[in-house]
Amino acid sequence: MTYIGTPTPRVDGRAKVTGSAQYAGEFTAPDLVYGSVVTSTIAKGRIARIDASQALAVEGVLDVLTHENRPKMASGDKGYNDEVAPTGSPFRPLFDDKIKFNGQPIALVLAEEWEISRFAATLVQVDYDAETHSTDLHTRIDKAYMVEKPDKPRGNAAKAHAAAAVRHEAEYYIPIEHHNPMELFASTVTWNDGGKLTVFDKTQGVQNVQRYICGIFGLKPDDVRVMSPFVGGAFGSGLRPQYQVVLAVQGALQLKRAVRLVLTRDQMYGLGYRPATIERVAIAARNDGTLDAITHEAIAMTSQYEEFSRNDTSWSALLYKSANAKYEHKLARLDVPTPSDMRAPGAATGVYALECAMDELAVALKLDPVELRLRCYSDRDQNNDLPYTSKQLKECYRKGAEAFGWAKRTPEPRSMRDGTDLVGWGMATGVWEALQMPMGNRIVLTANGHAEVSCATSDIGTGTYTIMAQVASDALGLPIDNVTVKLGDSSLPHSQVEGGSWTAASVAYAITTTADEIRRELLALAQKMPGSPLAGLKHDDVVLSDGMIVAKAAASRSVPLADAMRHGGVERIEREKLSEFKEDNKHARNTHSAIFVEVKVDEQLGVIRVTRAVNAVAAGRIINTKTAASQIMGSVVWGIGMALHEETLVDHAFGRVMNANIAEYHVPVNADVHDIKVIFVEEPDSTVNPLGIKGVGEIGIVGVAAAVANAVYHATGKRVRDLPITIDKILG
Amino acid sequence: MDDPTSRSRFRPEATSKPREISVTLHVNGEQRTLAVAPWTTLLDALRDRLHLNGTKKGCDHGQCGACTVLIEGRRVNACLTLAVMKDGAHITTIEGLSADGALHPLQQAFIDHDAFQCGYCTPGQICSAAGLLAEGKAKTADEIRELMSGNICRCGAYPNIVAAIQQAMGAMGSKS
Ligand code: FES
Ligand code: FES
Repeated sequence: MTYIGTPTPRVDGRAKVTGSAQYAGEFTAPDLVYGSVVTSTIAKGRIARIDASQALAVEGVLDVLTHENRPKMASGDKGYNDEVAPTGSPFRPLFDDKIKFNGQPIALVLAEEWEISRFAATLVQVDYDAETHSTDLHTRIDKAYMVEKPDKPRGNAAKAHAAAAVRHEAEYYIPIEHHNPMELFASTVTWNDGGKLTVFDKTQGVQNVQRYICGIFGLKPDDVRVMSPFVGGAFGSGLRPQYQVVLAVQGALQLKRAVRLVLTRDQMYGLGYRPATIERVAIAARNDGTLDAITHEAIAMTSQYEEFSRNDTSWSALLYKSANAKYEHKLARLDVPTPSDMRAPGAATGVYALECAMDELAVALKLDPVELRLRCYSDRDQNNDLPYTSKQLKECYRKGAEAFGWAKRTPEPRSMRDGTDLVGWGMATGVWEALQMPMGNRIVLTANGHAEVSCATSDIGTGTYTIMAQVASDALGLPIDNVTVKLGDSSLPHSQVEGGSWTAASVAYAITTTADEIRRELLALAQKMPGSPLAGLKHDDVVLSDGMIVAKAAASRSVPLADAMRHGGVERIEREKLSEFKEDNKHARNTHSAIFVEVKVDEQLGVIRVTRAVNAVAAGRIINTKTAASQIMGSVVWGIGMALHEETLVDHAFGRVMNANIAEYHVPVNADVHDIKVIFVEEPDSTVNPLGIKGVGEIGIVGVAAAVANAVYHATGKRVRDLPITIDKILG
Repeated sequence: MDDPTSRSRFRPEATSKPREISVTLHVNGEQRTLAVAPWTTLLDALRDRLHLNGTKKGCDHGQCGACTVLIEGRRVNACLTLAVMKDGAHITTIEGLSADGALHPLQQAFIDHDAFQCGYCTPGQICSAAGLLAEGKAKTADEIRELMSGNICRCGAYPNIVAAIQQAMGAMGSKS
């Protein structure tokens, strides 16, 4: 039986459709206390006075914590560090009287009931000494400073631009976007005898949260266990520990009782977000579509206390053959919370700009957009001059175009119609990295043919439970129903945070290497049996299949694993291993995609609908074609949202988000989404890692917003470069 | 370590909490009587008092549909409904959809079509879809999309949700 490569249904599917899957804010304890947060209403300054007396007077209120009376916390930055923290001085919830952003937590009300805490939170009186704040990226462009992020320049881009036959240069803009996972950020902390804490947290990294909490409160790792068996979406927002976990622990330490703290939707706009970014792209080309130079400059926002930046710019001349290239990444400091990773950070924004620019260049050159990309196709990583472990992007273009019917496109804008609708067809390329991380893994095999596989990683909806079960089933030769997966628990073997699309490759490799050791042990046991049919074989000469240890050379030479274990008097075999990948500096590792989109635009009303999308993805071996397709589909929906709907609006007079809810921050709903076709292009790759896995969490969104924008141009003849493309921009 | 000085606190005249009212809810076929304050929503009563956490809270403002339950067979946002308003009502939550361990055709169809990722919107989607089927209004995929647009799925499983509802429609239609 092989499970890898099949559309195996989710092993946690039943729990999710019956409502039995438990999320962080749903764990309980006798004596549970409910928390509510009070947040700042200014963007910069200090708290002059905070008066909780009215809140404390409410029947059922147990305490109100502020910077004046909270439990002891570390005084240095090191105590607040987490593995995803950017350079800077991390935010410390309830530490002192300083206000760094609007919506900052400044008090925690603890009460016997949730409604009481929420009501009492409205009674906390705060006076501020406000200072002048600045929250608008556009007013701080001249203050932006360079970060040393992008790849080195090559050649002389300025000279090539000056000599170019055809040149396209434009500025693109992506506003602030918030992740808005459906589950509200929540932590439930139980306080056990002697002060041991169990923390149920909404996080993508239980061990990261564990280290963070220990660092802040001076606790020992043995005294803090962090769990997140189910996570209701995160998309990067759960990579860093969020402030509610600090507050919930403060409450539990203070009251020596269990505390649950669930943020409200509007409070979640005080967490991380995709930073507003200005992207300037210039491309110099010859008339035949050969590129001579690409220059890509990004100016993004960050907070006053941390430098958040991701690779926006160097995708440009990684992707396309160009002798000269130059990248710049600048940051402007604002009085806002630090931005954070959000699905394909850097690439979703940078490649949006690049792929719109390529479309504009294709128009200028009168070339088909696919044809232009083929003319500057590169088989090597242009930045580091390395070959790829695999790159089937050409096949993505071919398969995607064919499935979409691209050949029928007429190039002129406004040339295609469906009744009163203008029809537009656009396309774009996507690119992301195939990252991999060291991961721990434990397998316990029992003689009854059951296995338990565990790792402290997370399943944020990505399907980690299921792919771990699939890989373990194949490696151990067991039916999937005999495999139990444990994850989301800091006491399990080491895991990096779940992010960057590295989990599938990393965890699969960890499982197969641990399973190798189990096989070695099983073979040794089988060879001790009298007249063993496996005598003399090395562990690489046998496989585990259908509950047996089988010689590769002759399937008839086999021993049931139960017999081998029982004969040796072994009831269980347990192995734990930390698997590290071999360093490979000789290859570039990337995933690629080609996206084709149809939009229909109502000519009078300017309403845009994405009626069809095809995303053809080359991402190595796909472990689960069902859950991976869902990830790509969900990413396309994100791309539609990014192109047409999503925008966090700040009232700069107050430095405060105006649409901090999901009625006014628009995310795509069912009626916004139509036909989405996902194609996985074959991409055999024995170099990237033994199973050839590259990961699909981010690649699906990269390029989608550009494809939509390009389709809107094709439909209307209007080039909108600042997202989202709303009706006013079409009609205006 | 930084140790802020603790303030002494005086308590002005106490605000007493609201008087609780007894309500009887018929939840998933079981009669449950509980005392709730008037400000308690049906959603919080289900989750915090009856420990039926299958019904989710995604916004608490009627904007996301995660809290959808069936009241007298009709789909309702439990976060916009006060528990005291529903004295005597018959309520079905996701926990009550499957009978004796057998999944409801919608639950099975959601698994078959992978109509979710994180699963957080899923109970609301399924209850909403059950209400939709009972309404009998949606025939086409476009009608399903429109009438399911009160249930947000941030994981973006919409096309699979539509396919799952169509499968269940077929399965339930052929049974009746
Ligand atoms: S929680 Fe009720 S609609 Fe969102
Ligand atoms: S499955 Fe995650 S929000 Fe719908």
